[in-house]
Amino acid sequence: MDALGLARFQFASTTTYHFFFVPLTLGLSILVAYMETVYVATGDARYKKLAKFYGTLFMINFALGVVTGLVQEFQFGMNWSGYSRFMGDIFGVPLAIEALLAFFLESTFLGVWYFTWDKVPKGLHALFIWLVAIGSNLSALWILIANSFMQHPVGYRLENGRALLESFPALFLNPHVWLQFPHTLFAALATAGFFVAAVAAWHLLREHRVDLFTRAMRIGLFTGFVGSLLVAVVGHYQADFVVRHQPMKFAAMEAIWEDLAEPAPWTLYAAIDEKAQENRFELKLPGVLSLLTHAPENEQGKRVFPGIKTLEKRYEERFGPGHYVPPVKLTFFSFRVMVLSGLLMLLLAAVGLLLLAQNRLVAAKGFLAALIWAVLLPYIGNTAGWWTAEFGRQPWMVQDLLTIYQGVTPESVVSAGMVLLSSVGFTLLYLALGAIDVWLLVRYAQSDPEAEAKTALSY
Amino acid sequence: MDLNTVWFALVAVLFMGFFFLEGFDYGVGILHPFVARTDEERRAVIHTIGPVWDGNEVWMITAGGAIFAAFPQWYATLFSGFYLALFLMLVALILRGVGFEFRQKVDQPGWRSFWDGMIFLGSLVPALLWGVAVANLVRGVPIGADMNYQGSFWTLLNPYGLLGGVAAIAVFTFHGANFLSLKLPEAMADRARAAAQASAPVAVILAVLFVLGGYAYGLFGREGQLLAYLFAVLAALGLLAGWFFRAQGDDALAFWATGLGVLFATATVFAGLYPYVMPSTLNPEWGLTIHNASASPYTLRVMTYVALVFTPLVLLYQGWTYWVFRGRVELGGKGGY
Repeated sequence: MDALGLARFQFASTTTYHFFFVPLTLGLSILVAYMETVYVATGDARYKKLAKFYGTLFMINFALGVVTGLVQEFQFGMNWSGYSRFMGDIFGVPLAIEALLAFFLESTFLGVWYFTWDKVPKGLHALFIWLVAIGSNLSALWILIANSFMQHPVGYRLENGRALLESFPALFLNPHVWLQFPHTLFAALATAGFFVAAVAAWHLLREHRVDLFTRAMRIGLFTGFVGSLLVAVVGHYQADFVVRHQPMKFAAMEAIWEDLAEPAPWTLYAAIDEKAQENRFELKLPGVLSLLTHAPENEQGKRVFPGIKTLEKRYEERFGPGHYVPPVKLTFFSFRVMVLSGLLMLLLAAVGLLLLAQNRLVAAKGFLAALIWAVLLPYIGNTAGWWTAEFGRQPWMVQDLLTIYQGVTPESVVSAGMVLLSSVGFTLLYLALGAIDVWLLVRYAQSDPEAEAKTALSY
Repeated sequence: MDLNTVWFALVAVLFMGFFFLEGFDYGVGILHPFVARTDEERRAVIHTIGPVWDGNEVWMITAGGAIFAAFPQWYATLFSGFYLALFLMLVALILRGVGFEFRQKVDQPGWRSFWDGMIFLGSLVPALLWGVAVANLVRGVPIGADMNYQGSFWTLLNPYGLLGGVAAIAVFTFHGANFLSLKLPEAMADRARAAAQASAPVAVILAVLFVLGGYAYGLFGREGQLLAYLFAVLAALGLLAGWFFRAQGDDALAFWATGLGVLFATATVFAGLYPYVMPSTLNPEWGLTIHNASASPYTLRVMTYVALVFTPLVLLYQGWTYWVFRGRVELGGKGGY
């Protein structure tokens, strides 16, 4: 692989890895804050135990989110200096604001929260975790403002080969932000919901602390249900947005090679041949795509989804010869995996809530066992979702403004060997630390929340 | 004062805060295998920075973000140019960060001593590399007309760069030892005091050599000349006062004095570089300055409003956390520790 390929691999692996930990941080901070608030409001000590128990799991997960975030910030300059020069005027703004507004809040008050149980008034202590939750989710907002510019550039002008910020309000009010941020937030809540439920399921399966973990289960399943449902609702509007603003991404998501007139079928499965630019086999549901979204009207007033081939021609007319097609197979299947995992989550959470309402959950051993493994679903969905969003935009780093070829650091500065070294180093480190982190999470998740002394929150 | 200068000063302030706060964090990490003998003692040492190290590290992240926003060309040249050094630093910081979290989770001597080792290396290596990086900013690095770095990793490891590295280790160790003298349980504090006493002369001598080297590289010959001289004198006075108060046995004053030493040493470098952010050794014209490396006036204006509103707020609540955790930590970690 050349330096560009390696830099892309490093970006993809770092970002994917970082986002294994982030959604749980975003969602679980809110759920732990909720648990502690119930404790403060009602004086029910069981919720304090839950907040402490899940709070420690939060900390174990948080550590890796933070340290991979460091690489995340540095790699723009290290591997993508062309991008940084082109985009710094715009991209640096939300990034710096993220650090100043969100990271300080989150990390400062997490330290305070973790170390001041029973040392400050209860309400104040609960406020600390709320500040952590606000900080974490604010950081998501600001980094998504940055990402949204890459998907849908607004409020800028081009000058001397650089994109310059022309309107900060436009950057903030980018319609893409206000779809992507709620989508991410709800996905994070669903992730945390399934995480809380999976841990509770493990204990309930052993009929261990049934009262405590039934309460956790209720919180987890409810959050998992509402989160998955709202993710889907926002996702629908996002798809409409992609149809209109990133037609190539949409065509790749659906593997539409030739123009497709409405009423259009939805392809459930396709055997995609990217070289021949065709699908060798398709399993279609007639008319369904037109139920889900609508194609924009073309010059003849007809509603047609432009195919990849048409769009590529348009790109070549605009930007000169080149390859403007994203990895279609990857985008197509990532999208389907995301949707499928979301639907499964919705179904599982609904069944779980029903069983819970009928007091049959603890007896439903098979379902509890399934819920433990269902914790993987949001992780699969989150990853597949980002892959759809990011691979579907290739080869553009900034949609229609800057390609990856222009964005990468010149090889005279950072050679392929250097990127290889850092990629191998980071990958090994990620694998080792990820394994340790999951092992610690599992180990701690299986401990007894009532046995505080043994599992003290401590250094 | 134009906004470019304002942002240069703000970046300087962020680095001053970063080196002041993470300076003692690194020092604590470097010292912890030496001032603690038992596992319980190690926990006490780590606990002195346990609640705050993460917030302190955000100073570095914010400094990076501020450079990206205000001086994108500087961010691009610096981060791509110092590639392998930054890679090593990131690996070290990752291992240190998870080390704090992982160490206590498994009660097994081999596990804990492994993460103790990572915390040590994860503090030593970034201290060294920051010293190397700052020294190379002072010395200048080969930057071409296209603003791209033309050297290699080895270019950075010149004698002055290495001097900067060991000077940073010595100064942060001294600063960290004074912090530990102030925070450790009384039964352990004497070991930290001895470490401070021992590192004081090394830190002072290396810091002075670093500044003299900077003089040779023109650090006191640019627009900020007067301020650079003033800050250098104050930095030296701070470190000397730290040594003096250490000898006098005043933990608090010794810590604040080395803190001022770190703050003014950082300020010296920035004042001396001004208006450059990265001088080029190839051609003075090719160096990056606060003008040719900066963002647009509009972006600088937006960022100025943001910084004016939120920086005081951050200082206020972060300062407040130090008040919450004031006093010495206790052995045996009572309460939630």
